[in-house]
Amino acid sequence: MESRRNPRAVVDPKVRQVGFFTSSQPDSTQQQQPDPIASVSSPPVSTISPSGNSLSPVMIPPPRHNSSDTFPLRGAAAAAASAVSPSSFSYSSRRDFPDGSMTASPGRVSRGSFVKSYVPVASSLPGVGIDSMAAAKSSSVPATGLTTVSVVNMPPGLSEEVQSDQKNNSKSLKEKTTKAERRALQEAQRAAKAAAKAEGGGKVPPVTLGSVAGTSVKAAKTAKPTSQKNDVVVAAGPSEKKGGPSEKDRKKDAPHPRMQYDDESRVVKAKRRAVVKQTEAKNRVELFRHLPQYEHGTQLPDLETKFFQLDPMHPAVYKVGLQYLSGDIAGGNARCIAMLQAFQEVVKDYSTPPEKTLNRDMTAKISSYVSFLIECRPLSVSMGNAIRFVKNRIAKLPITLSESEAKAALQSDIETFINEKIIVADNVIVKHAVTKIRDGDVLLTYGSPTAVEMVLLRAHELRKKFRVLVVDSRPKLEGQLLLRRLIKRGINCTYTHINAISYIMHEVTKVFLGASSVLSNGTVYSRVGTACVAMVANAFRVPVLVCCEAYKFHERVQLDSICSNELGDPNAISKVRGREDINYLDGLTNNTNLQFLNLMYDATPSDYISMIITDYGMVPPTSVPVIVREYQKEHVLV
Amino acid sequence: MDFQVVILAGGFSSNLVPLVSKEVPKALLPVANRPVLSYVLDLLESSNLKDLIVVVEGEDAALKVGGWISSACVDRLHVEVAAVPENVGTAGAIRAIAHHLTAKDILILSGDIVSDISPGSVAATHRRHDAAVTAMLCAEPVSGPSESGGAGGKDKTKKPACYDIIGLDSSKQFLLYIATGAEIKKDTRVKKSILCAAGKMEIRSDLMDSHIYAFKRSVLQEVLDQKPTFRSLKQDVLPYLVRTQLRSDAFSDEKTVEENGNGKNNIQNNEVVLSQILSNASLPSFHEVYESGLNSRKTHKCCVYIADGSKYCVRLNSIQAFMDVNRDVIGDANHLSGYSFSAHHNIVHPSAELGSKTTVGPHCMLGEGSQVGDKCSVKRSVIGRHCRIGSNVKIVNSVVMDHATIGDGCSIQGSVICSNAQLQERVTLRDCQVEAGYVVCAGSEHKGETFARK
Repeated sequence: MESRRNPRAVVDPKVRQVGFFTSSQPDSTQQQQPDPIASVSSPPVSTISPSGNSLSPVMIPPPRHNSSDTFPLRGAAAAAASAVSPSSFSYSSRRDFPDGSMTASPGRVSRGSFVKSYVPVASSLPGVGIDSMAAAKSSSVPATGLTTVSVVNMPPGLSEEVQSDQKNNSKSLKEKTTKAERRALQEAQRAAKAAAKAEGGGKVPPVTLGSVAGTSVKAAKTAKPTSQKNDVVVAAGPSEKKGGPSEKDRKKDAPHPRMQYDDESRVVKAKRRAVVKQTEAKNRVELFRHLPQYEHGTQLPDLETKFFQLDPMHPAVYKVGLQYLSGDIAGGNARCIAMLQAFQEVVKDYSTPPEKTLNRDMTAKISSYVSFLIECRPLSVSMGNAIRFVKNRIAKLPITLSESEAKAALQSDIETFINEKIIVADNVIVKHAVTKIRDGDVLLTYGSPTAVEMVLLRAHELRKKFRVLVVDSRPKLEGQLLLRRLIKRGINCTYTHINAISYIMHEVTKVFLGASSVLSNGTVYSRVGTACVAMVANAFRVPVLVCCEAYKFHERVQLDSICSNELGDPNAISKVRGREDINYLDGLTNNTNLQFLNLMYDATPSDYISMIITDYGMVPPTSVPVIVREYQKEHVLV
Repeated sequence: MDFQVVILAGGFSSNLVPLVSKEVPKALLPVANRPVLSYVLDLLESSNLKDLIVVVEGEDAALKVGGWISSACVDRLHVEVAAVPENVGTAGAIRAIAHHLTAKDILILSGDIVSDISPGSVAATHRRHDAAVTAMLCAEPVSGPSESGGAGGKDKTKKPACYDIIGLDSSKQFLLYIATGAEIKKDTRVKKSILCAAGKMEIRSDLMDSHIYAFKRSVLQEVLDQKPTFRSLKQDVLPYLVRTQLRSDAFSDEKTVEENGNGKNNIQNNEVVLSQILSNASLPSFHEVYESGLNSRKTHKCCVYIADGSKYCVRLNSIQAFMDVNRDVIGDANHLSGYSFSAHHNIVHPSAELGSKTTVGPHCMLGEGSQVGDKCSVKRSVIGRHCRIGSNVKIVNSVVMDHATIGDGCSIQGSVICSNAQLQERVTLRDCQVEAGYVVCAGSEHKGETFARK
């Protein structure tokens, strides 16, 4: 492990420092951005972290949702182990359902005492309302009553057993986590010792990169207790042995959103609690080993099989997760909206379990859902921000509110977020961007960005005369969908692949791009290929305008697209959809000399970007930190 | 997960006539000495579905099935039994219990499935596509006696081809056409609009509709209300839904209700934008492409879940299937039986008594308290509880149910002997079915016959 890491650090120490915050190397960070950004943009939460004593300029603030860890902790300690199993819900709900038609006393066992209850006349139907009326009216078949022949009996003594049986899963999970915790604790102590030795010795000059990289990685492991695991264990290790519902266990150990997947022990741990079956892909590109990559095609069927087993999962969340996994929903905005709508459903169906408070329990619930969604597909920045918002709102709910009021407030909050941050934002962006389109323009766009599409359609509605060049790339070919919609509206289009970009750039007057995220150093993190387009445009002195809603901005700083990225299905690039005859790479997929790399994102340096169009107006990339700062402030206040 | 589960356990199937009787409804036919219904219940229980509605045709049958369930599944499952009149068909059965269905989606299973395919997969596919109906297809089972079964099965393998003709779209996710093999005589009609919209249709006849469906409740109830003549889910409702998937005028979706009821232009606009963003983000299915081509046409999706070829799924709907299932459950698909097999790949209950020089081969099962005389040979057969089998008896590829009596010197191949039947000495049966309680006279020889009291 070390041996693999060292050479990389030698090759490019910068890369490492972007990904980690190392307190042991103050001088090596000089080359980074000046202080103000980091100190401004680092969220208040980061001050909690014990490592905050030496704030490095480019510290990557811990993802905000970790901060919620403090809640479930106390929650776990306070909450009794009253895991209301969903199945017992359904029983009780069924109990009031049959009214007259169920003759066997509901909820009790009717051993063998089978009571005839065939109801030939529809008039004695239980009052189920419209349904029953409709059934009675139309069907020639008389409606039939149900007879309970078998009931899960739940006397107080036995119910424990049944429940524990049902919750078998969670139990084993719990045992595992305690083991994991113990190991984590040990690891932490060992690493701390090592770090102390390294620092105490003071002998290690920053130049001997090999050893420093080694220790810095270790130090990062320990000095990053904000990454939830270690301090959680130390603080609450004994108390949470009592065991709460499985959600909490899941949540607490949830993998860091930007976990390093080349760290074997962590991967093993993460895999153990994963809901989605994650078979690691064998043949991975060396440089991208720290990113999760799983065998595609095994996850979806496995998750589908478990449809009914995942009790604590809300159906809406489950559906969204499935859609992420199967690729039915893609694109930052769409994924974010789908997730928020699922959360709205969650809030609607939520009821506080006894002896718990809404704020804490709901946060824990949301967190467990989020970790499930991460297993389906890594979060996008937009989703991360939205989650942070939701959690923030939950935490800020006044305790005096009744449950129904709190739920209504939350639902309307989420609604407002969708409306204001996405829909209205898009409208404002369109309003701004349209002013930049003149008659006779030739506009180039890449992929299928939602905001840009709206801009083009709006400009067309305003009778501007322009032409669109849609540049596309394999394997997703999203541009074709955009092309179809543009052509339907009567916009003159040209379609080409990214290979031809230098050729067609001659005639382009403006480049409009979308973004998955804009980082605080002005880097645009977007669909892979965007950087290429922007660079070529820059070389041809064509202005590059990026349309991005402000909720996708993030205070993170990223210099390259290596340390944080997403890997897609490697088979997608070796195969052509719908063309089985193109199979030149068949039989090579398991060859150790060949690794497929299907990157999803890349980072476009701010130098190549002329302007970023957001809902706060059109700004140069250097102004992004300002918006992030203002936006964060508003975020907290809203 | 907001699913309700309905098991259609049927009544007395005419296909299985000598085997089923007043005493033994179809759902209680023994497969490896367990009622066939128990396989479905186990499958559902393993998927954590414990709230079930079992629909049985006929009151007496319902009493029997209910009695068995309450003795077998108490404390494990919450089961409600509904009795419907006989011969109402599957659609009629659902109609009769429609007022009990409240969940968003309904999972409907046939009670005669022996399978290890998780119903969760069907449900998940259904949810993912937000479909009106999702059907599960599986590979056509291998039927007929196993190849080593000797020449006896040769004429039996010529079964009436009752396969389903299924049309799929290119992504193999949507159902474009479905017809049961029996009803196709010469030609068949495919909707032109569906063909145009999908562009490409793959017609398969090697798949079988396995009678596990997930329906959207609102859609199912509308169809049942509007079409009172529909009798069967498979032959009427499913083809109807598939046929009308591009012009589902039948379904006043929630969307229209919202649009009419809401006066606020702004909110509505936002919703339109939202749905547009969502739909633009995904690869559109042909439904959406079609919908966008003609404005304000409603469509619904009919999805399929095609089970993995390695999974086992057979319906017990004929005598041949009964034999196959019994053979497979103690043979190839023995993980379904729930028994632990001995080193010789067979199950001999400890209380069973074997005479001297009697051999019980692999893939056999001998029930509790059965007695087998001397010099017998049992191969690939299931023998029920408390059977009395004389000496020098040969049983191959057969099913002998509980309390049957078989005299000395009998030879039984490829046959079913129902409970309490009696074979006197030196009877030779090949491919026969003996009704419950029937007595076959001594010394007779029969081939391919059915013994039933008139």
